[in-house]
Amino acid sequence: MEVGQMQSRLADYTKSLFMEGILDAQFLQLQQLQDESNPDFVVEVVSLFFDDSEKLLNDIARALDQQCVDFKKIDAHVHQLKGSSSSVGAQRVKNACVAFRNFCEEQNAEESRRCLQQVKQEYYLVKNKLETLFTLEQQIVAAGGSVPMIELSF
Amino acid sequence: METARQVFRRNLQENVEVCDGSPELHVLAVDDSLVDRKVIERLLKISSCKVTSVESGTRALQYLGLDGEKGKGSVGFDGLKVNLIMTDYSMPGMTGYELLKKIKESSVLKEIPVVIMSSENILTRIDRCLEEGAEEYLVKPVKLSDVKRLKDFIMRGEGKDSGETRIRKRRRRDDHSSLPQSVTLSSSPALACDPSSTLMPSSAPSACSSKRAKLCI
Repeated sequence: MEVGQMQSRLADYTKSLFMEGILDAQFLQLQQLQDESNPDFVVEVVSLFFDDSEKLLNDIARALDQQCVDFKKIDAHVHQLKGSSSSVGAQRVKNACVAFRNFCEEQNAEESRRCLQQVKQEYYLVKNKLETLFTLEQQIVAAGGSVPMIELSF
Repeated sequence: METARQVFRRNLQENVEVCDGSPELHVLAVDDSLVDRKVIERLLKISSCKVTSVESGTRALQYLGLDGEKGKGSVGFDGLKVNLIMTDYSMPGMTGYELLKKIKESSVLKEIPVVIMSSENILTRIDRCLEEGAEEYLVKPVKLSDVKRLKDFIMRGEGKDSGETRIRKRRRRDDHSSLPQSVTLSSSPALACDPSSTLMPSSAPSACSSKRAKLCI
């Protein structure tokens, strides 16, 4: 596949992530912060997000497994996850966290567990999608091309 | 005898570094989230600001020399003057609000503008922060346009009476069709205070008008 085709494929793929609501405008903002002096900025931030999220998801799961569930602690973790997902533009993860926090407030353990599953699902989805996106970018760069800036009208 | 303001202005001119002919702002960013620290650092650096980022209010006060040691003014322990503090609101231990209070209660630090950042759009929280002396309340995620606006405001504010300048700035902003996100609680400046906009949270329109009325005094 030649570079032009790869670039089209990347553009289509990226657009689909926005259309499906998996990513929002904040992701575009991150891309705008990347330049020749910081060519790996997006990958770096997203990697921090992955590390942070996995730790939080584990902490939440462990807290929900306790005999006496500490909803305040869980809420704090979900709040953190909501914040970082919002900062990278992982819209569906963020929305799942918003729903989760409502059940934490109600101290509803069963619904909280369901929410955790939902958040995990959305998280692994965005992780998968972003890893694919970065791979497509790498392939273009390896073939000597440049990664085009996506222009979207909302 | 010099007033505190004159001393502040003189110190600012002495300590602000010059880069390409224009002075560089030094911003102290406080946020417990590693992801957010990385993003805010980049936003500030790309806007030609120097950044020092710390993970807590306690660390921020240590950096500013306000943790029990004799205050060195708004000069960080590495010798760099701080021109602006941007702090997250929700942090474990000391919240951004508590940090704001401590700074405003300090005779050596109270002149430093403090901006609060928060993912939560809660009017009472916003009011409380502004009343305590916060320059702005930015709803996260913070954008490049927010940082640019802040930088312009801080740079223009130097050397003038900060009180008058602030009121003037807010009035002028109110005249613009695109209102700043932090003041009008909108997620998109172009849609600020437009009740018909679907992007606006339902509580926002009334919040907007009350906020505006307050700031136009």
